[in-house]
Amino acid sequence: MSESCKVSSERRGDVAILWTDGYINNQGGEEIAREAYTQLDGGARALVLNLEKTRIVNSIGISILIEVLEKVMDKKGALAFCGLTPTIDKTFRIMGLAQYAEIYPTQEEALRGVNAPTA
Amino acid sequence: MSQGGSAPPGLAASAAREVSMTIPVAPEMEIVATTQAAALGEYIGMARDKIDEVKLALVEACINAFEHAHCRDEQLHLKFRLGREPKGAEWLEVEVLDNGKGFDSAQVEEPTIEKSFHSHRKRGWGLQIIKSLMDEVAITSDSGGTRILMRKYK
Repeated sequence: MSESCKVSSERRGDVAILWTDGYINNQGGEEIAREAYTQLDGGARALVLNLEKTRIVNSIGISILIEVLEKVMDKKGALAFCGLTPTIDKTFRIMGLAQYAEIYPTQEEALRGVNAPTA
Repeated sequence: MSQGGSAPPGLAASAAREVSMTIPVAPEMEIVATTQAAALGEYIGMARDKIDEVKLALVEACINAFEHAHCRDEQLHLKFRLGREPKGAEWLEVEVLDNGKGFDSAQVEEPTIEKSFHSHRKRGWGLQIIKSLMDEVAITSDSGGTRILMRKYK
């Protein structure tokens, strides 16, 4: 039954793209945070989180995403989301995440938004 | 249906079709519950995005109870109802009942992301998410437990 979230990533210059696959709860959020912190500590300036394979993010998962956002802001970097379902998009806006992190429909638009180098 | 009140008028009068389910207080059991909500939403032809909203509201109600209720029987008792208003609007209603210690929803501080920044407390969003995603929500709670009743119109 496990809906565990899998996280993968790729660097494009100083931008890291993180892809999630599955339910983002506390474990999923921690997986994302671990990968995000590795990328930020490794020199990434901006993170793009592509959630197109995730249909549910619970409030515990989002609270961990807020921690990631804080770390990005402390480093004067940028965080962008893309591939959100309408429900996840709505939830991020309810919680105010959209005031501090950009939300884009597609990964390409998100990469342009954070000024990533072209692949 | 008003916040914190009793069951809404019309609920008892409507010819609701009901499915009951009990889930243990255990990791990811909230996802098991969402499969039932999704099946009933699909049964009445509810749009996928609306079903997703019901699923997330249900997840939040379940994890709130898992974390805070201290259920005496270590279980959550769920009821899923389908019904139709006299004027024809169909709805899916989910009731989440625990027999935990209860809480005073009026005392729950409304969270903001600004309060979350640089604070250990980044949580407490569950009720706000539920109220934002569902069309009607009623919460009743006392020392015998908590009941969250939430309805989404098709």
